[in-house]
Amino acid sequence: MQWACISFPQLALDDVLRQRSDGAAPLVLFEGTGSRARLCAANTAAQHHGLHFGQSLTAARALYPRVHAVEHGPAAVERCHDFLAAWAYRYSSQVCRTFPQTLLLEVRASFRLFGGWPALQAELRRELAALGFEHRIAAAPHPHAAMVLAGARDGCAIEDAAHLLDALGTLPVGRSGLDVSCVESLQRMGLRRLRQLFVLPRAELGKRIGAQALLHLDRLRGAATHALDFYQPPDVFDQRVELPFNTSSHESLLFPLRRLLRDFSAFLAGRDGGAQRFTLAFEHERGAPTEIRIGLLAPERDPELLFAIARARLERTRLREPVCGLRLVSDELPPFTPARRDLFDTRPQQAVTWEALRERLRARLGEQAVHGLALHPDHRPECAWRTRAESSRDTSTSRDANVPPSLPPRPTWLLTRPILLRERVERILAGPERIESGWWDGADMRRDYYVIETASHQRAWAFRPADDDGPFMLQGWFA
Amino acid sequence: MSAILQPLIENGRLWRGQGTAPRRDALPTGFDALDGVLPGGGWPQAALSEILFPADGVGEMRLLLPALATLGREGCPVVLVAPPYLPFPAAWIAAGVDLRFLQIVQTGEHDAMWAAEQCLRSAACAAVLCWPRQADTATLRRLQLAAETGQTIGFLLRPTATAAQASMAAVRIGIETGPARLRVLKCRGGNPPAQAIAFAALAA
Repeated sequence: MQWACISFPQLALDDVLRQRSDGAAPLVLFEGTGSRARLCAANTAAQHHGLHFGQSLTAARALYPRVHAVEHGPAAVERCHDFLAAWAYRYSSQVCRTFPQTLLLEVRASFRLFGGWPALQAELRRELAALGFEHRIAAAPHPHAAMVLAGARDGCAIEDAAHLLDALGTLPVGRSGLDVSCVESLQRMGLRRLRQLFVLPRAELGKRIGAQALLHLDRLRGAATHALDFYQPPDVFDQRVELPFNTSSHESLLFPLRRLLRDFSAFLAGRDGGAQRFTLAFEHERGAPTEIRIGLLAPERDPELLFAIARARLERTRLREPVCGLRLVSDELPPFTPARRDLFDTRPQQAVTWEALRERLRARLGEQAVHGLALHPDHRPECAWRTRAESSRDTSTSRDANVPPSLPPRPTWLLTRPILLRERVERILAGPERIESGWWDGADMRRDYYVIETASHQRAWAFRPADDDGPFMLQGWFA
Repeated sequence: MSAILQPLIENGRLWRGQGTAPRRDALPTGFDALDGVLPGGGWPQAALSEILFPADGVGEMRLLLPALATLGREGCPVVLVAPPYLPFPAAWIAAGVDLRFLQIVQTGEHDAMWAAEQCLRSAACAAVLCWPRQADTATLRRLQLAAETGQTIGFLLRPTATAAQASMAAVRIGIETGPARLRVLKCRGGNPPAQAIAFAALAA
């Protein structure tokens, strides 16, 4: 086993920063209310102005009045941690998120797929940077050792037990993950490096520092194992973004929307799924949120495509009040089948697939706007067709049933609701053809159909009710 | 000189008064008389073709269906953008069109032009048909550019009344009735023939 540990030194701060387009502006997180509010994190720009951890919010505001202060929510951090676990699930089936601000991944099983640790590590770092998270990564044969090394030496990777002991030995006792009182007493005994602890007789050391600390040291060296709870990805995606300001402009909603959809896409890639249906809820201060339900014909997960669709839908939506939060929920996550592409695709550069084009059209024109057509075996012209909405990936099914060859020719265009034929009838080219059907479903008809040439040389398909000399009703054009 | 001129002559941007233009890769219309007149031997690829017809039901679709029947395949359908009526499946199948690769976009006049441009530009369609009634020259120009970028065939079906309007389409064909004839008003890469082509035989 080889364990990678990714630790997130400022998870709460990153969670807030990545949702803002002005990441460089001074920003602090605080907890508590009123005069008891204290800072629990400050970004670099805020630290530059002298704001730091533990300061009271009043003092911070006095030092730098224009600082953005955001209340720190443990629930938000938990959600963020969950999201990262779902993201990491793409790289390993054994992901542990038990420890705060930390993910543990068993990576040896993934080496072959990702091309070894250096490549995998580079990939992890690239992805995390794109998602906007500060991170430290280390790898070691035991999970606890990996955690301690990630805290002490970012980027360190150790493969075998002998090297691990050396690497751990050089660490100061204070960085070993032992609790504070234990570290203090060890330092008073003159033990400053872990190496010094490892050579001491185990039983006697245990008497001094207690069973708990001894167990921790054993776990570091791999002498004791720790049963970890592994993460199971949920079948629902539900993520919320709190906006730093209330807005009713569509433009300013695009940045958080893009961020949210990128997270969604990362989550989908992690479970090798796509999204078929999702809901965007724009939350207001008062009243029910404005919801946009987006349905796709085939599962998709390309962030740019999802963003283009969501954006088109958002632009057509009227927000009745300023928006203070944005939420994306999806519980329909079917497996994803990538579109087939030719190796020697000769289509132009900007080409998109038909699926992507269809989604773009549906996003702007409405869900029912794009459809195919199929023959329905019925003699009544109004019932002789069906719309076909399914994805064209499934159309490899059999070709349409052939038209009965004995029927007289049918017009190219059909009027689904017949209208009075206004043009003057020049002559009748064919007919009558009696169509009498439908007594079983209430849409009974008895009609005599004629092919008619009008005075302006149009060819019409028109009918009269049987046994009636009334005016012709237009049903179609032989265009 | 010829090194510069040859490509221009070949892709039909420049043409000479006499002599026949070189045959290019075009989509046969299915009517020999018409193929013989059009410079590429059919509907030009990656361009707009305009059909001008006086009224519904004079053969405007019969002119296109033989060509459409040869198009359309998986992932690359023939798209009808805002057709005036519903295609009657029985007739289209009888004409040889595979309905699996026929897609219809239902929308209003304004969005129809946007949808047609998207379809032409995307290169995801084998052919795009649309029915602009009051499109201005700028819109038609956009469509022509989209057809060139997306390497897609576009058919515009418009009322004869718009024949006087300037058009960027590579081919313009007017349908005349009584007697039924086709008049080539414009064809890029060659002179439009002076005589109209009899369409009566095709109308049978």
